[in-house]
Amino acid sequence: MFILKLLFKNAFRHKLRTFLTLLSIAIAIMAFGLLRTVVSAWYSGVETSSASRLITRNAVSLVFPLPLAYKDRIRQVEGVTLVSFGNWFGGIYIDRKNFFPNLAVEPHTYLDLYPEFILSPEERQAFLRDRKGAMAGKKLAERFKWKIGDLITLQGTIFPGNWEFVLRGIYRGRDENVDENQFFFHWDYLNETLKKTAPRRADRVGFYMIGVDHPNNSPLVVQAIDRTFKNSLAETLTETEKAFTLSFISMSEAIIVAIQVVSFVVIGIIIAVVANTMSMAARERAWEYAVLKTLGFGGWHIGRLILGESLLITLMGCVLGMAITFPAAYIFKKTVPMYLPIFQVEETTLYLDLIASLGVGILSALIPTWRAIRVRIADGLRRIG
Amino acid sequence: MGLPLSYSIRNLWTRRLTTILTASGMALVVFVFTAILMMAEGLKKTLVETGSPDNVVILRKGSSSEVQSWVERIQASIIETQREVAFGADGRRLLAKEAVVLISLPKRENSKAVSNVVVRGIGESSLALRPQMRMVQGRVPRPGLPEIMAGQKIAERFRGGGLGETLRFGLRDWTVVGVFDAGNTGFSSEIWGDADQLMQAFRRLVYSVVIFKLHDPGEFLPFKRRIETDPRLNLEAKRENRYYAEQSEIMSKFLNILGLSLTLIFSFGAMLGAMITMYSSVANRTSEIGTLRALGFPRGSILRAFLYESLFLGLIGGGAGIFLGSFMQLITISTMNFQTFSELAFSFALTWEIAWKAIAFSLVMGLVGGFLPSLRASRMNIVESLRAQ
Repeated sequence: MFILKLLFKNAFRHKLRTFLTLLSIAIAIMAFGLLRTVVSAWYSGVETSSASRLITRNAVSLVFPLPLAYKDRIRQVEGVTLVSFGNWFGGIYIDRKNFFPNLAVEPHTYLDLYPEFILSPEERQAFLRDRKGAMAGKKLAERFKWKIGDLITLQGTIFPGNWEFVLRGIYRGRDENVDENQFFFHWDYLNETLKKTAPRRADRVGFYMIGVDHPNNSPLVVQAIDRTFKNSLAETLTETEKAFTLSFISMSEAIIVAIQVVSFVVIGIIIAVVANTMSMAARERAWEYAVLKTLGFGGWHIGRLILGESLLITLMGCVLGMAITFPAAYIFKKTVPMYLPIFQVEETTLYLDLIASLGVGILSALIPTWRAIRVRIADGLRRIG
Repeated sequence: MGLPLSYSIRNLWTRRLTTILTASGMALVVFVFTAILMMAEGLKKTLVETGSPDNVVILRKGSSSEVQSWVERIQASIIETQREVAFGADGRRLLAKEAVVLISLPKRENSKAVSNVVVRGIGESSLALRPQMRMVQGRVPRPGLPEIMAGQKIAERFRGGGLGETLRFGLRDWTVVGVFDAGNTGFSSEIWGDADQLMQAFRRLVYSVVIFKLHDPGEFLPFKRRIETDPRLNLEAKRENRYYAEQSEIMSKFLNILGLSLTLIFSFGAMLGAMITMYSSVANRTSEIGTLRALGFPRGSILRAFLYESLFLGLIGGGAGIFLGSFMQLITISTMNFQTFSELAFSFALTWEIAWKAIAFSLVMGLVGGFLPSLRASRMNIVESLRAQ
């Protein structure tokens, strides 16, 4: 207890300096926490994806469609319980900047397959009944101030023309990681229109979403589906939803790596600041250390004092930083809701904060400790100021 | 009379450890600042250099990239007969009807990692339209054969992309008969083959884009107006360089915002570091400052001396940061361009503008960090500071 008091007294001998150091640690820890959260937000889609759902798409790449006729053949595969399908629509709402994912899906099977999208029974009925109906996530509706019954026009990029929808439902996520930023409408609406405007493109599906009776059966079902369409004009590639999402993320891996690297650079910045503070403190107290040595305290004892002080400062800064990470994340989430729909500070981030600041505390104490151990009593006493 | 500049510099030298630590904190911030700007610049450069202002790209109206676009054969023929199309030395029109699709290919180092690659079906004039193209190995694929050539970045990074290897797509095996280098452009991340062969393999009936060289670059605007109002054509015309610049917009904006907000937060940490250093530098020299004042140096020159000191500190940090950042030029990264949905390889590019920005940024950090401490130094009372031990 006494030693803790001594550490505290030492740490706050220069109030302004310690305060500034604490502040800079707190800012750095906050930045570190935010960056880790950005990385985990990037991966958030993976966690919400279910192991008992599969995605089948054209083996060449996602831009090639599959025939609608595959639906019934997929349903015949043993282990398949539900088949839904859809197209990435890629429509623009008023301006390119207002990006949100919009998909044409077969609504009955889709809602059965994705129970995490929660609609009230009335809205669900209304959405299913209206072929021009659409459903949007709660956050998306809030972003554009949409209400049930609003007419929404999307400008097609992949499917030319202006497409009108009536908002029939606003879904909520079953839990917090469900993306409430998406827009769904009837695949039939897309298909029937294409039959009139571009018959060659009609009856084609971007991807199938498949429900499996048991996650353990997934590998078998995957093989069975791909075998069915082997050597056909449109070979398929079936993956679990998780693998599908991961393959998307790995395409922009370079950016994630860059963010991770940067999050370690910020640790480097705090090391420089804290090490500076500690070495200044140790230099000013060289005389005191000499006195302690004269009294018979060993070099290692002094080293422990320095280490303790350094750890005390970094840990206080760390706690402060953790505390401001949460409001900062909240502000971040409010300002850019469209880039990263799910943005939550994870528990692991806090542990990483703690580990990082322990590391900083130890590293920063190294040079001053080494100096304190080496300093000869006579030299230390001779030094003034 | 002011204090000599060497006074400030020698102060930094006397307290080397502190100077090095503070400057290295700033150097790291400047490093992040330059690296992210360099990344955005490299991406922009790659895409802007891909296009030439004399070439025109014809796309379907409303499509945001080549992959989404389609041009019917009859429409392509109408474009071909326009008088603005330039003729080559051999008397043929410098116009190419191209089919562009995306295929997913596994990477060399890790077959689990798959990425979307652009496959471009080319016509006879496609090579003449891109003078930056240079064959590195092998030859150009012959029309009518299942042969392809791969850009150097593809040959290096993707399985089956090297000379003599084969890729399988569209129910056929395609032999890589050549590897080309298109410098620092997006074409280096593409695979090229005969348009008719590729369209057949992918069961495509329409081209994606038509590209041609203008007979006279000044004719672009009237041509654009005529094409876009022609009721037979549902097409739009863009200058090629403009088209590619648009492809980099979202990504480089994303990188710039990311970079600026990160460095802004980080710089607070480093500025506090500079402030700590300067405060203690002032505190340690209280009696010295008192002596200087007693000798007749005015407050202003004390303020300036300390400000110079912290500006130098910033300059050292900035210089070191740029030095570190310049090594990033050796690195080439590849990532998916959100807009085209395809893989693009690009390098970090350091420009003078970025270097100046970084230096200015580090000086500002030094100035802000050193201002309050210098103010304190200049406002010290002579008698009290002389009395201080």
